Amino acid sequence: MEWFEYLSFGNNGWGDELASGLGITLSLALITLPIGLFLGFSVAAASVAKKTYPRLIAFTFTTMIRGLPELLTLFIIYHGVGLLLNKIIKWLNPDAGFFELSPFVAGIIALGLVFGGYSGEVLRGAWQALDKGQREAALATGMNQLQIFRLIELPQMLRLALPGLGNLWINLLKDTALVSVIALNDLMRMANIAVGSTKKPFLFFLTVCLTYWAICIFFEWCIARLEKRANRGIRTS
Amino acid sequence: MIEVLIDYWPKLLDGMSMTLKLTFISVVIAGLLSLPLAILRRSKNKAFQWPIRLFVSFFRGTPLLAQLFLIYYGSGQFREELTDLGVWWFFRDPFYCALFTFALNSTAYQLEILRGGLQAVPYGEIEAGVALGMPRTLLYRKIILPHTYRIALPALGNEIILMLKGSAIASVITLLDVMGHTRRVFSQTFDISVYFWAALIYLMITTLFVFAWRLLEKRLTRHMCYPVNSKLPAPKALNTPKETCHVN
Repeated sequence: MEWFEYLSFGNNGWGDELASGLGITLSLALITLPIGLFLGFSVAAASVAKKTYPRLIAFTFTTMIRGLPELLTLFIIYHGVGLLLNKIIKWLNPDAGFFELSPFVAGIIALGLVFGGYSGEVLRGAWQALDKGQREAALATGMNQLQIFRLIELPQMLRLALPGLGNLWINLLKDTALVSVIALNDLMRMANIAVGSTKKPFLFFLTVCLTYWAICIFFEWCIARLEKRANRGIRTS
Repeated sequence: MIEVLIDYWPKLLDGMSMTLKLTFISVVIAGLLSLPLAILRRSKNKAFQWPIRLFVSFFRGTPLLAQLFLIYYGSGQFREELTDLGVWWFFRDPFYCALFTFALNSTAYQLEILRGGLQAVPYGEIEAGVALGMPRTLLYRKIILPHTYRIALPALGNEIILMLKGSAIASVITLLDVMGHTRRVFSQTFDISVYFWAALIYLMITTLFVFAWRLLEKRLTRHMCYPVNSKLPAPKALNTPKETCHVN
């Protein structure tokens, strides 16, 4: 019974604090997703380009992002971009005070870069798996590049890329736990704070684990349904 | 840029050995545990299947950081019980805790990979083995396992790289791996370039590993390659490129 008291809402328990942390975790992931996807599409477009330079840039970017620990990327963004912004601000206005990059924004940038790097590869694979004849047919009927992408390639790409993107989304949700290290008040850090004052580490970290687990299972179910829907026009044996 | 490296390279090297040690030991333990568990997972017996399913789902559905905190800090709540059991020395040490967590986490991932590999073994070959009267162990040793590992090899390589990157999380529980030393140096010097050196170290390790793993893949699939420098002509009708190997 005592355990439930610790997790209750209100002044005595930590339930409401954990819930606010969960809100931050989820909003971080949900804001990062479109940014990361946009970056991923740009990377994929660069890596299927005919010119060498875009391909080289895309290759370097994905290799670096996939070779670095997410934690290191996060620290580089948090400290590095912060210093860089300060230098720019100092250069524009020498009297300006010290500007601190918020951990939330740093988290969005870092996780967006990670998601962009990985999803770029997934989307490139889907893009290259498309039937070339369809693009030729579209060109022959007089469609422009944007129309071809929006009406013909994108719908088919999404179907092919969905399993990969689903995995990346789950990974993104789990990676949000890392931002607690740079002092963003997400679920993980709220649990840390609660542990600091209650001395019940197992209880709180187990709660955190179970919460993440529930979220992941929920989204896995969603992705499975999405995949089913995306494949409804495909004949299977 | 370079001064940090000159001043602190022994620390970064020290961190590198810690990172490699953590990754290597946990991946090997996981490699040993995952195969029997994967075989059990495929058994028809629900009493074996469900606990393994839950284990895999839990370790793949929660962040590594949360698992590490659960084991390292969480064990503190049961300090007296663990002392009575005589295992408190294990849970008190961040290195053992990190190793334990990483090994369990990697077991869950490797188990799923091997399960997929076991499933993909061509059934006809198993039937052929049975028809020849092979006993079960020989069947596994000569037919099922070589197939499984050949299929699972690229995915296992990916998993090892993920573990290598994941090991940076150990720095959060005060272990001094590459990440841990880097954070410490940064807090002393406020020189951002130390992060770039750390990035370079991680990229170097992963690149070397990728090359080594490719060699291993080539070796295990060598019967599927056409001899590159052989004097025999490659079959013309197949219109094969110079080096036909499904790993490249």
